[in-house]
Formats: sequence, structure tokens, C-alpha cells
Amino acid sequence: MITRKQWTTVSEFLIETVIRICGISAIIFVLGIFFFVFREGAGFLFSKWEPIKFFFSTEWYPTSVSNKRYGILAIIAGTASVTVIAMTIAVPFGLGAAIFISEFCTGKLKEILKILIEFLAAIPSVVWGFIGLMVMNPLIIDIFNVPIGLTALNGGIILSLMAIPIIVSIGEDSLKAVPDSYREAAIALGITKWQMVYRVLMPAAKNGLLAAVLLGVGRAVGETMAVLLATGHAVQIPGSPLDSVRTLTATIAAELGEAPVGSDHYQVLFVIGIFLFTITFVINLTAYLIVKGIRVQKGES
Amino acid sequence: MVNSQPKIQVSGLQVSYGKEPALKGLSLDVRDNEILGIIGPAQSGKTTLLKVINRTIDYISSARVTGSVLFEGKNILETKDVHSLRRKIGMVSPLPVGLPLSIYDNVAFAPRAAGIRDRKKLDPLIEQCLQQAALWDEVKDRLDTLGTKLSGGQQQRLTIARALSHEPDVLCLDEFSIAIDPVTTMRIEDVLKELKSKMTIVLVTNLVQQARRLADRTAFVWNGELIELDDTETIFSDAAKDQRTKDYVNGVFG
Repeated sequence: MITRKQWTTVSEFLIETVIRICGISAIIFVLGIFFFVFREGAGFLFSKWEPIKFFFSTEWYPTSVSNKRYGILAIIAGTASVTVIAMTIAVPFGLGAAIFISEFCTGKLKEILKILIEFLAAIPSVVWGFIGLMVMNPLIIDIFNVPIGLTALNGGIILSLMAIPIIVSIGEDSLKAVPDSYREAAIALGITKWQMVYRVLMPAAKNGLLAAVLLGVGRAVGETMAVLLATGHAVQIPGSPLDSVRTLTATIAAELGEAPVGSDHYQVLFVIGIFLFTITFVINLTAYLIVKGIRVQKGES
Repeated sequence: MVNSQPKIQVSGLQVSYGKEPALKGLSLDVRDNEILGIIGPAQSGKTTLLKVINRTIDYISSARVTGSVLFEGKNILETKDVHSLRRKIGMVSPLPVGLPLSIYDNVAFAPRAAGIRDRKKLDPLIEQCLQQAALWDEVKDRLDTLGTKLSGGQQQRLTIARALSHEPDVLCLDEFSIAIDPVTTMRIEDVLKELKSKMTIVLVTNLVQQARRLADRTAFVWNGELIELDDTETIFSDAAKDQRTKDYVNGVFG
């Protein structure tokens, strides 16, 4: 017979082990994903990959019979243009909404807004893509009098709507983390509410707000389904927001199913995957380091 | 120095937070260029009174305020321009709050917000405020370091300098010595005695003896009501009219 005390020791050990495995699993998954993506692309990466042509050529002809060319410059430009448009819209709106929710509204309105924004974050990306296709497309055709509305602008607007909830919720958290005593001290000096936000809260919450923006960018760069549906999927360097573009993510999503497993095309798509993975990793790491910066500062004061 | 026209005239001031009454019809007046000490135990409504006077009570959504507070003949409770009111009535809160800015920017904060940008005007103003708050000598060589890095006592003097930066007519201090050592407290008290010639000071304090040292007149507030208001000498002598006042200043309770 085991005594009660022994049983406690054993169960404690078991629970601790299970929790430890749960914790470590995240690391295993990330490493695993990186490993498999890398493995699929490695064959091409180390034998035939020409970085200069890959990054600086606009010629993306992966299925050409005579001369296959894998240049992703136009696709990078597509991702960049859509991201820039999305951030131009999402950063002011997102930060503005975060400031409004955190500082200028109270009670019911605040609760309703927070719930709605959470709801916005929960809409599946394919639904956003559908809105781009069915709502934004005819709107853009009408407003700008262009033949096709599936453009960088369309994708950018859709992406901004997807990035805004992230920016709002993280931005609001970081504003909420500014001690109330700062607000009281500033208000007692006879400044207006907006001056307080601009001169005290924004500097104090600077890091958190920056992290919010970066995570929004990460979302925009990594999003696939919505931009696949909304941007028109044309490989070209856009001359204006009203040109169709294609993004890195959409390229992978659209072509991976068609590419014979193990072929060059297949492997190149995984190289693009590695590239994307690197971008989002760098963005997230930067955001993390910035947020960590906040904690260090707080610890000192 | 007794002046007929009061600087601030509080009458029938009632404040409640939700159902909890904080001030129950308090009336008192603050005279020009005096230090009015307000003493009383915790939860007696002293801080609430100050918050009403510079209208920071607006930010407590549950607060209900009735009565009137006349400042320069106008009712503070009805004034539209709260920002210029708050500039005229400076406030120093119990715990020092260095804003996360440099020492210079902390003091320059309110003047800049009011539109003074010229360094030639700002520099002497900031030096003057820091001098008045007895902080200048300690920080003059490092005005660009963060205000939050200063010690507690220095930060408290920084908040005083900041409150002086918008050249208020009335300076309200809410238990300013709570976070600082006795020596610094004495230095600030000396500062206040000097400032009295330029402005009216309302000093809320937990330290009965501090009111005795500084105040021209002292008000004893208890449970949201004014028990007694008289010359400080009277309050601290047997001449005090109310037994509760005598008990409180002699440390029988509170």
C-alpha cells in the first residue's frame, strides 16, 4: 500500500512533468515547422539556388517548358505594397481606436467597442477575402473607374481591417499599463486631455505601441487567404495601388497544390516559405525585444 | 494680513462617491496669501476637498458634487475652462510622480503645453521653479536625466517645481511629506513659508504639528464636516471651542 504522503509526492511529480511537456511542446512545434519547411526547400537552396536572380528578377515562370525562371522580386513588391497600404490605414486607425477606447470613452461604450473589436479579430480570413472579392471589388471599380477592382488597394484595405484589432488590443493594453498617477499628475497641471495623451501617455507607452504596430505588420505580411482573393494575383511590380499584385503567401497557397512533389518548383515554393518565415520571425522577435524593453524600464523605476 | 475678501469661498459643499458621502455640506474660506492648514484623520474628506478645488474630481466618474466653491468671484463647479482653472490652482499630490520625462521637461511640461517654446523664456523659468522648490542645486548639472530616476524626496520637490511652473495663484498640497524624510520635509516647509508672499497655499496634512508650524489658520475636518476653523494658535491651544478638536490635536484620537 502506498501512503497518502507517497501518493502526493508521485502525483505532484506527474503533474509537474505533464505541465513541463505542455510548455516545451511549443518549442518543439516551432523547431519542427522550421525543420520541415527547411528540409523541403533545402535541396534547391543548396544546389541550384541563385540568390541574386531569386531576389532581383521579376521573372516568375515556374512552369515554363523551355526556360523555368524563379525570380520573386515582383512578388516581394506585391507583398510590400499591400503591407504598406495596409499599415498606412491600420496604424492611424488602430492607434487612434486604442487611444479612444483607453482614454476617451467609458462605461458601456467601452465594453461594446472592446467586444466588437475582439469580434473583428475572430472573423476567418477567407471571409475577409470574400468581402474583398464581392464588396470591395465592385466598389473600387465604381469609385476609381478601373476595369478590375482586385488590386493592391483592395488587399491593403482588407489587410488593414485584419491588422487593426491586433493593433487596438495590444495598443490599449500598453496604454492601460501606464500608471494612473501619470494621468492625474498631468491633468492637475492644467493641460487638455489630448495634450496628456500626446505628451505623457504616448511617450510612456511608446514601446507597447510600437510592438502593437509591428505585430500588425507581421499579420499583414503573413496573411494568405484574404490577399489571395482580393489582390488579383498578377505577377508585376505595381505602378499604383490600383494595379493587381501577387503576394508571397498567395503564391505558395495557389501553386503548391500544382507543383509535383520534389520538383524544383515545389522546392522553390518552400524557399519562399523559409524567406517568409524569416521575415515574420524577425518582426516578432523585434516586437518581443521591444516589449521586453518596457519591462526592463519598469523594473528600474 | 487678515484680508476681508476670501480667495476661495467654499459653501455647502457636498460630495459623494456613489452612495458613500465624503463631504457633508462643508463651508470654509481661504484668505489671500495665507497658509491654510487642513487637518483631520484619514477618510475625513480632505483630499476630496482639494480635488474639487482644482476640478480633478471630474475624473472620478462616481463623484456627485453639489454646493458652491467661489474662486475670484466665480463658481469653480460651473466653470467651463477647467484647464486654465487648473493652471491657476496648482496641485501637489501625496506620492511624488515624476513624469517619464527629463527633469527639465518635467518642469517645462505645463509652460510648453500653454505654448511657451522659446528656450530663452523657458530656461530662467525652469531655474526659478527648481530654485523655489529647493531642488536646483541638486539637479542643475543633470537636467536631462529622467525625472523618475530621482529619489523620492527629490521627486516630491520636482512635483512642487512642476506645480509652480504655471505660476498658480493657489497652491494645494496634499500630504506632501508622506513619502519623504524629515530633513527634506523641513526644507520644503521653509520653501512654503517663502512662497506664501506670492500665493495662497492650502496645505492638507496628516501631521498635526506640520500645520502648527506652517499654517496661519487651521481647519479641522472630520467625517466630511468642518469641526472648527480658526487661527492656528487658537486651534492648538485650550481656546479651541470643540472638544473633538482639542482631542485630535493632542493626540487623543486620530
